[in-house]
Amino acid sequence: RISAGILRQCHSTRTIFNDSVNVVGTEPDRSSPEFKENEARMSALVEELRQRVGTVTQGGGEKAIQRHKSKGKMLVRERILELIDRSSSFLELSQMAGFQLYGKEDVPAGGIITGVGKVAGQECMIVGNDATVKGGSYYPITVKKHLRAQEVAMENNLPCIYLVDSGGANLPRQADVFPDRDHFGRIFYNQARMSSLGINQIAVVLGSCTAGGAYVPAMADESVIVRGQGTIFLGGPPLVKAATGEEISAEDLGGADLHCGTSGVTDHYAIDDEHAIHLTRRIVRTLNRNKTPPVTVQEVKEPLLDPHDLYGIVGDNLKKTYDVREVIGRIVDGSEFDEFKARYGDTLVCGFARLYGYPLGIIGNNGVLFSESALKGTHFIQLCCQRKIPLLFLQNITGFMVGREAEAGGIAKNGAKMVTAVACAKVPKFTVIIGGSYGAGNYGMCGRAYGPRYMYMWPNSRISVMGGEQAAGVLAQITREQRRREGKEWTEEEELALKTPIIKRFEAEGSPYYSSARLWDDGIIDPVDTRHVLGLSLCSALNAPIPDTEFGIFRM
Amino acid sequence: HQHSSAHTTITPIKKLLIANRGEIACRVVRTARKMGVRTVAVFSDPDKNAMHVSMADEAYNIGPAASQESYLRGDKILDVVKKSGAEAIHPGYGFLSENVEFAERCAKEGIIFVGPPANAIRDMGIKSTSKKIMSDASVPIVGGYHGEDQSDERLRQEADNIGFPVMIKAVRGGGGKGMRIAMKPQDFDAQLESARREAMKSFGDDVMLIEKFVERPRHVEVQVFGDHHDNYVYLFERDCSVQRRHQKIIEEAPAPGLTWDERKSIGEAAVRAARAVGYVGAGTVEFILDPNHNFYFMEMNTRLQVEHPVTEMITNTDLVEWQLRVASGESLPMLQDEIKLSGHSFEARIYAEDPRGDFLPGAGLLKHLSTPMPSQHIRIETGVREGDEVSVHYDPMIAKLVVWGHDRTHALNALSACLSEYNIVGLSTNVDFLMSLSTHPNFAAGDVSTDFIPDHYDELFPHKAPSHQLFCQTALALELGREQELLSAVASTLDPTTPFYSTTTPVINHTVSRILHLTCEGQEKSIQVNYLGRGKYCMNIDGNSYMVSGRLVRDNNVHHLTTSVDDTISNARVVLHDRDLHVFTQEGGWMMSVAVPKFEKELSNVSGVRGGAVAPMPGVIDKVFVSPGQTVEAGDPLLVMIAMKMEYVIKAGSGGVVEKVLFNPGESVAKNTTLVRMKDEQQ
Repeated sequence: RISAGILRQCHSTRTIFNDSVNVVGTEPDRSSPEFKENEARMSALVEELRQRVGTVTQGGGEKAIQRHKSKGKMLVRERILELIDRSSSFLELSQMAGFQLYGKEDVPAGGIITGVGKVAGQECMIVGNDATVKGGSYYPITVKKHLRAQEVAMENNLPCIYLVDSGGANLPRQADVFPDRDHFGRIFYNQARMSSLGINQIAVVLGSCTAGGAYVPAMADESVIVRGQGTIFLGGPPLVKAATGEEISAEDLGGADLHCGTSGVTDHYAIDDEHAIHLTRRIVRTLNRNKTPPVTVQEVKEPLLDPHDLYGIVGDNLKKTYDVREVIGRIVDGSEFDEFKARYGDTLVCGFARLYGYPLGIIGNNGVLFSESALKGTHFIQLCCQRKIPLLFLQNITGFMVGREAEAGGIAKNGAKMVTAVACAKVPKFTVIIGGSYGAGNYGMCGRAYGPRYMYMWPNSRISVMGGEQAAGVLAQITREQRRREGKEWTEEEELALKTPIIKRFEAEGSPYYSSARLWDDGIIDPVDTRHVLGLSLCSALNAPIPDTEFGIFRM
Repeated sequence: HQHSSAHTTITPIKKLLIANRGEIACRVVRTARKMGVRTVAVFSDPDKNAMHVSMADEAYNIGPAASQESYLRGDKILDVVKKSGAEAIHPGYGFLSENVEFAERCAKEGIIFVGPPANAIRDMGIKSTSKKIMSDASVPIVGGYHGEDQSDERLRQEADNIGFPVMIKAVRGGGGKGMRIAMKPQDFDAQLESARREAMKSFGDDVMLIEKFVERPRHVEVQVFGDHHDNYVYLFERDCSVQRRHQKIIEEAPAPGLTWDERKSIGEAAVRAARAVGYVGAGTVEFILDPNHNFYFMEMNTRLQVEHPVTEMITNTDLVEWQLRVASGESLPMLQDEIKLSGHSFEARIYAEDPRGDFLPGAGLLKHLSTPMPSQHIRIETGVREGDEVSVHYDPMIAKLVVWGHDRTHALNALSACLSEYNIVGLSTNVDFLMSLSTHPNFAAGDVSTDFIPDHYDELFPHKAPSHQLFCQTALALELGREQELLSAVASTLDPTTPFYSTTTPVINHTVSRILHLTCEGQEKSIQVNYLGRGKYCMNIDGNSYMVSGRLVRDNNVHHLTTSVDDTISNARVVLHDRDLHVFTQEGGWMMSVAVPKFEKELSNVSGVRGGAVAPMPGVIDKVFVSPGQTVEAGDPLLVMIAMKMEYVIKAGSGGVVEKVLFNPGESVAKNTTLVRMKDEQQ
């Protein structure tokens, strides 16, 4: 017994001086019933995700695909795979965009595929219309996804390649597509602005580019058009006939021969899709870009811990707690994590790590945020901004602490400090919602409104102003008070009748699919893929320089 | 006891000119260097950067490509001898090695010709003379007519006397040229006419001899050596029966199935033959061996043979060293009872040729060349390196692979193992053919004859059907190759750790696939490659599904591919060249072609040629029959090409008007070069 004590002592002494002191995470008990249940539940969620994405990747369905292919055209996903380097990953964004958004109208992936891939060695933003989905026409979500892709490109300095095959704005929904600031017109505004910033704009015309759509190639730095397939005109043959009585074929009105030979609207003449993509890759080779990551780079080490354990550790019950370090240890290089202020404000875990060799500051929730946690978080964000280290937020937060003691301790002003720091931080920020995202916690932990370069959700996560039960409880409390003032009776049945639909509604609206369908995030990811997806995101973000941060007033 | 003539003085050779090129020139340089002899190389214009030039101490240009203007120009070579101060000339084989006039000139000018005296070359060069000498020396000869009356009637009558089948052979002939076989009397006239025509063209002499044609003969030859001191030895025999186009392709020593008595008796007959002509130096006496092991003198080659290494391997000698020592006047290093036969040796000649296309010779750039590791028991005799060209002007032999084993079985196993490691890309070779030859059961049993290839044609040219596994290997190699290429490209950038090229899932939440179109041996296959991530692939071919993973490791210029297909692991070497992936397995080499995209085909058609003529093989344009504006019918001869001294008439594929003839006589052309362009009928 004595010797065991000595051994323990020796062990703890050794770890202080050992290099492995900064390794986080533990080997879980994989045979425990809890682990197994968690694993089964998370596996089911991931399976559901894969099935839903699988359906989405079928685009507009078998018939539309056959019709598309019969014209000798490639499918948009085939085009992208052909465009990117052979062993490049494609960081696809918002696969579930448009999911159950338009009632009976299915708009898989929002009718547009966006994402980052390496093209001829350069990380590029690729935006490709899926012509098998409603002819590639722009629904409101299509516009939103296109604009989001452009935003990602602009923030991260990524050349844009537009694979255009679209009938233009969805006419029945023109009011939600055409007039507003972040509607159709913004696409061309962005093209012009990005071009002015030296972010290359390349358009590949593989199908129609009618009316407004004509400006995609016309406003590109360089453009390619496919003979017999690509057409560009401000007004198509029916409109021309109606307007002037002139009868003309689409090809004669705006085909490759006209635009490459006569009008000069396009620069490169392609024989088919494959040729167009070949020419596009050649254009990228001439961009003369040299990515210089504005950070130090180290050798990559795979995590020591198996990321598949995340299923069994996390599960799907947001009420069960687990140490966020177990997640960090399964994401970062070598599972190495240099923790900051480990003994202070311990409901917020902060520290430095490496991801695919790049430095990364990580902020993860280990419970509700107290004043100390918020102050620690603020301090840590300042460190990262001063050192120009990108920031990762692992969100699993019910909110800031409430109650008399907390309010008296200035939780509002301390929470505000963290929100200020997050809002002002100009280092690339990344957010993954790995559990709940509720209330002001969402703000402090860099929710969508705080401009993370990329934001993802795990399939078990939830997002809403508060939990469904809490919301129902609050509303029930108010109603009960009201009834009491009016001297009215309120039965348990009545209370249940009030609460149930609220809980149901929060449940539905808090789902990651509901979020992703509306582009409140950039996609739902399998927890196992978190390391890779964040690596790709971080890598692409390092195409842009990291500016100095100036913070606003911190209320003291 | 060793004879020694007091009047022969020893003239040490300090500097040696090698009047040859290719592997034999390199071979001679190696021995000369070992003996401390300085070497002088000669080269034609295209050989300026050849291996033999870089190996020699000094080298001199002796003219343009055509050997008539370079390697056969004795006068230029003698000039170089004087310029360089060499005392001796080693002629190698071919070129001037059996040229009587050259040997005489050397003798006259006091230059040592490393070879026999001129008169021995002359005597052995004329078949009728050589046979008479041999007959007088009681060396058995095949019955035949070697008379001066060359009338058709007389020759036919002699053939009847000898009895069919008979061989009609040019007296000055060699290498199978000017030689025909008449199986029955009805064939005789046509074959005679044909033999004469070829002999006239090849040697300028159409005097014919008629010989009994031995069926299922074996070609067995004895290596002999003589010195200036009247010593003669034989270094046992070689069997060179397996031939194509009457040229040797695989040789071995000793000849399989010979008893020691037979070996001694044929060896002694060869020594008698050498003695009969006062032979000095290395020589080979060729015999025909019939199925009852009766042997008949065929001819004597008065040079070092291509296949001499197999003799060296079993006798543990260096015959070039012997040649140089004998030439300088020394006695033979060993006498007959000192020469011991040990083990068995094979030589396979690796040629640029198309075995399936009637062994038509080829030429071209050796874009990739990797060989087995040379060792004490494995010799690679070659005159070319990766990046060198096998020229249309000279012999298309790329290398000789020589192996030694304790016995025939071991030697043969070593040969086929080494052949599978002899990987060449850039031109068609006979390596796979040699592999199927060396593993043929009849060959393994020593059951050989000069008819071996036609007798076993179907087995030697099995239908090559690429397996699904091979397609999987290819697809994997392409994937891994591309990945490595990208990773090595990114390694030199400022962003070397980018996860974009890691082998994890290429696209999140679903499995993506690409379709790969590959063609091999005329079979086109679409392979659906599903990326499962983390280095795993699921490949679908013809409705079958395979789980594939593996490694590609680069070692110098060779990529070693280890492939696991449904948990069965196989190893291969791969070379990517243009769009073709060459996969070398234990079963031989496979060329997998990646489909050319449609647009590339269309773009190349725009500037392509319709209805014109292209060169079927590399060669030299000999005659042009047409001129621009001329109308030709399909099948009309357009021009004549010479490749490896054989004529090929290029005919019009379709009728039309000649637009342009792109080459003049004398110009050399690569395979598939457009020779004549026709006017487009449509225009």
